[in-house]
Amino acid sequence: MPKTIRVLVAKPGLDGHDRGAKVIARALRDAGMEVIYTGLRQSPDDIVAAAIEEDVDAIGLSCLSGAHMTLFPRVVRLLRKKGASDIVVAGGGIIPPEDVPKLKKAGLRGVFGPGTSLAEIVGFFEKAAGRSR
Amino acid sequence: MGSEDPLKVLREKRREWERTTLKDSLKALPERSTAFTTTSFIPIERLYTPLEGPTFDPSKDLGMPGEYPFARGIHPTMYRGRLWTMRMFAGYGSAEDTNRRFKYLIAHGETGLSVAFDMPTLYGYDTDGPEAEGEFGTCGVAVSSLRDMDLLFSGIDVGAISTSMTINSPAAVIWAMYLVMAERRGIPWTKLRGTIQNDILKEYQAQKEWIFPPEPSMRLVVDTFEYGARKVPQWNTISISGYHIREAGATAGQELAFTLRNGIEYVQWGIERGLDVDEFAPRLSFFFNSHNDLFEEVAKYRAARRIWAREMRERFGAKNPRSWWLRFHTQTAGVSLTKQQPLNNIVRTTVQGLAAVLGGTQSLHTNSYDEAYQVPHEDAARIALRTQQILAHESGIANTIDPLGGSYFVEWLTDYMEDEAYRYFDRIDALGGVIPAIRKGFFQQEIANSAYRYQKEVEGRERIIVGVNDFVDPEEDTKVHPLRVTKASYNRQLARLRTIRGKRDKKKWERSLAALRKAAEGSENTMPSIVDAVRAEATLGEICDTLRDVFGTWEEPLLY
Amino acid sequence: MTAARNNAAKLVTALRKGDKRAAAKLISMIEDDEPEAREVLRRIYRHTGKAHIIGLTGPPGAGKSTLISRMIKEFRGRGRKVGVVAVDPTSPFTGGAILGDRVRMADASLDPNVFIRSMATRGHPGGLALATFDAVHVLEAFGSEVVMVETVGAGQSEVEIAKRAHTTVVVEMAASGDAVQILKAGILEIGDVYVVNKADLEGAAGMVSNLEQVIPERTKGWRPPVLRSVASEGTGVKEIADALESHWRHLRKSGELAAREHARAETELRGALAEAALESLVSQRASERRLRAAIKRIVARTVDVRTAADELLRKPRG
Repeated sequence: MPKTIRVLVAKPGLDGHDRGAKVIARALRDAGMEVIYTGLRQSPDDIVAAAIEEDVDAIGLSCLSGAHMTLFPRVVRLLRKKGASDIVVAGGGIIPPEDVPKLKKAGLRGVFGPGTSLAEIVGFFEKAAGRSR
Repeated sequence: MGSEDPLKVLREKRREWERTTLKDSLKALPERSTAFTTTSFIPIERLYTPLEGPTFDPSKDLGMPGEYPFARGIHPTMYRGRLWTMRMFAGYGSAEDTNRRFKYLIAHGETGLSVAFDMPTLYGYDTDGPEAEGEFGTCGVAVSSLRDMDLLFSGIDVGAISTSMTINSPAAVIWAMYLVMAERRGIPWTKLRGTIQNDILKEYQAQKEWIFPPEPSMRLVVDTFEYGARKVPQWNTISISGYHIREAGATAGQELAFTLRNGIEYVQWGIERGLDVDEFAPRLSFFFNSHNDLFEEVAKYRAARRIWAREMRERFGAKNPRSWWLRFHTQTAGVSLTKQQPLNNIVRTTVQGLAAVLGGTQSLHTNSYDEAYQVPHEDAARIALRTQQILAHESGIANTIDPLGGSYFVEWLTDYMEDEAYRYFDRIDALGGVIPAIRKGFFQQEIANSAYRYQKEVEGRERIIVGVNDFVDPEEDTKVHPLRVTKASYNRQLARLRTIRGKRDKKKWERSLAALRKAAEGSENTMPSIVDAVRAEATLGEICDTLRDVFGTWEEPLLY
Repeated sequence: MTAARNNAAKLVTALRKGDKRAAAKLISMIEDDEPEAREVLRRIYRHTGKAHIIGLTGPPGAGKSTLISRMIKEFRGRGRKVGVVAVDPTSPFTGGAILGDRVRMADASLDPNVFIRSMATRGHPGGLALATFDAVHVLEAFGSEVVMVETVGAGQSEVEIAKRAHTTVVVEMAASGDAVQILKAGILEIGDVYVVNKADLEGAAGMVSNLEQVIPERTKGWRPPVLRSVASEGTGVKEIADALESHWRHLRKSGELAAREHARAETELRGALAEAALESLVSQRASERRLRAAIKRIVARTVDVRTAADELLRKPRG
């Protein structure tokens, strides 16, 4: 039987708009994954600590306040520092087009802007988990 | 002999039509769907006639504009007398950056100011606080001090223009900064016009920018009602909001119900404080979303006016007609904007702006086309403002009052939404009221469920979003003007804070915070001590930290 | 197999040094029933048996997670290393789960001496996951001195936790009316400590006194205390920690702990024996072909289940 995929869905920083993060958490659960939802106002340190303890396959970060360029790469850096760079990181929210390649260069495997279908996001995490095994 | 009942005749005629003309038509051309619904999942019939509202009585159910129950509008001449205020939400970077944007918008014809604050400010943190890292100015302007507030309105006569500030948990503090700024400019508070959003209940339900737990937060809100009624009589001390509730995923029906029930809650708390309802109710204002389904939105606004008028007059016994008026600002739906083919958003904003005006809004913000990925660039904001001006001056919709009134469909839908709202009121009351329902996660769960249901419809293509799940253009390559917060702005802000902390009178500052703490711990109105702390150059973060200490912080209930 | 054993060995060594990543990976190995899982358990077992295992049960919404987050701080303040396993239900329809208990425990994980793991029941009935107590063992070997296990709270979760944990805490929410009526059947018998949380709500005092009257003495010499707390504000937490430590002392002094450990070791050994013997015997005697034939006969009613099993397990004729 294929192993259950575990994903951490996190809201870094102060942004409180969690509609997307919650909808995605539910969609991942409906796709048979175990979703650890961290809640609001998480620091990158909190997120990485949780991801390591929960031995997740991937992290999904959501930020709609424009602080993604500071917060998302920091999560990737911290994972690297803690020897957990096999955990795949993806992000979404309000992200200008020119920031997408920058985020990918900083180590995010996926960047999902508004309008991305749930099917695409679920598919991404399924593939990401498969690769990390 | 006598004349036959016209409704009976119509009923017969309709039956005949269904049996013949319609039947034949459907055989040749079936309808596009087996069911048509609004965004609130309300089923919509093919045709509405007087038969859908057999007891409809325009004098009773609608009244005259400017008279109870205000279904057609709160003013006797509405836009024939004065157009709605064109009030564009703006803010990013530092006070200087945003001041430039304000002036740009005023030069291009906006008639009221609206301030967007950044995340740290919304949560009561200074730019140099650890929580603010990476968040300076990205989604609004950073205001940490009185000096920032002054710079924000540099060269703008705040005695002559009205200002709306979208600030909630620390609203009392930001308002105090605005008041002290005006004071220092020699402008009497009695002349100031504007609004603070100050609607903490919807924060727990939807926007989630809370600091303190509900009870102390409500206390702060009522403190502002009292202070405003006595000292700043032209100021709207609250903007009871449905916008954010809707953005978080609620249906139009839920937006209507939750907003008005929150409003009722605020009035209750004001009365419990010992205020006379007519003292503060005229200064309560509202803020709604304007979403895609045009007729549903118009029905929503009309139902809102009627419900509020009734509750204020019947439930609370308000005597001043101004207490019965539901005055509202509208913002077009941010959540409907797409990143794909962004210029399409101009069209969406236009339809949504149209709905708001047809619905009788007092004030309107129209979104810019680039807002699905950034705070608006100047050029995009200008087009959004022009949209309002075209609606006002070219479309003719402002030339008569409540033009959709009397439409069989719109009147039916208005009634329906009103009934649905009252059903929600009953459910909320059964849970013990708004705050117990918040603690039980009622609103949050309803909203999350609607959001999920909506998304499933989009996934299943039952609901089409042009450019996203249909009419997609994989080759699209729209150039967008990026808008960036500069490091220079950030450093300037930090330097400013250092200067303020260094130069102020330390003793005066300490005393003011101690007095604030004492007021917060007791039961007196906190506004005077907040104002004094601002006068003593205490920063936003420092004042809020004191309050955090006394009131504690809120943790939301766990549910999905 | 050697590569797997080496991997397990390396991870266990790292685990003993306090490496959280190793601990997390080991828990996953066991949870996913990887081939190295047995090797892992073999290596860590001798490091287990010293921690105080506390089970928390009670209805959803009572505030278990909030209470646990406060207890973590309290125990850390007393110099204890703390582990937490929080269990949430797997959806029977989708096989997925949302594990949200650690929302309450935000910055606790920044402490190297705290480890929090969320687990889904994955179809296992009873409010716990099959691998829950193996995860507890990993946390013990990691160094945790107190391990709190939070059950799902629904179904029969209190029964299972009561069998495996040293101290069972029942967390209820203050409510007015006849408190005893609203409690689940059986819950009055399995708690070692009772907590009425959200005690700032109406009915708390009445509920506490009602409970005190009806809760029987659980084991010789231990009368379960009924405590009051407002976990969201941190009140009552110190008293709860005191009661837990007091129970731990009682279990050791009275010989109850030793007796339980013996009984449990016996139950588990017999269970493991039965499982192993069965596996071996079935694979030797009952080929897939014979199994299918037996099933057909059972359905046709020509043989009953017990007889069919006996026949399968006897040596084949000839």
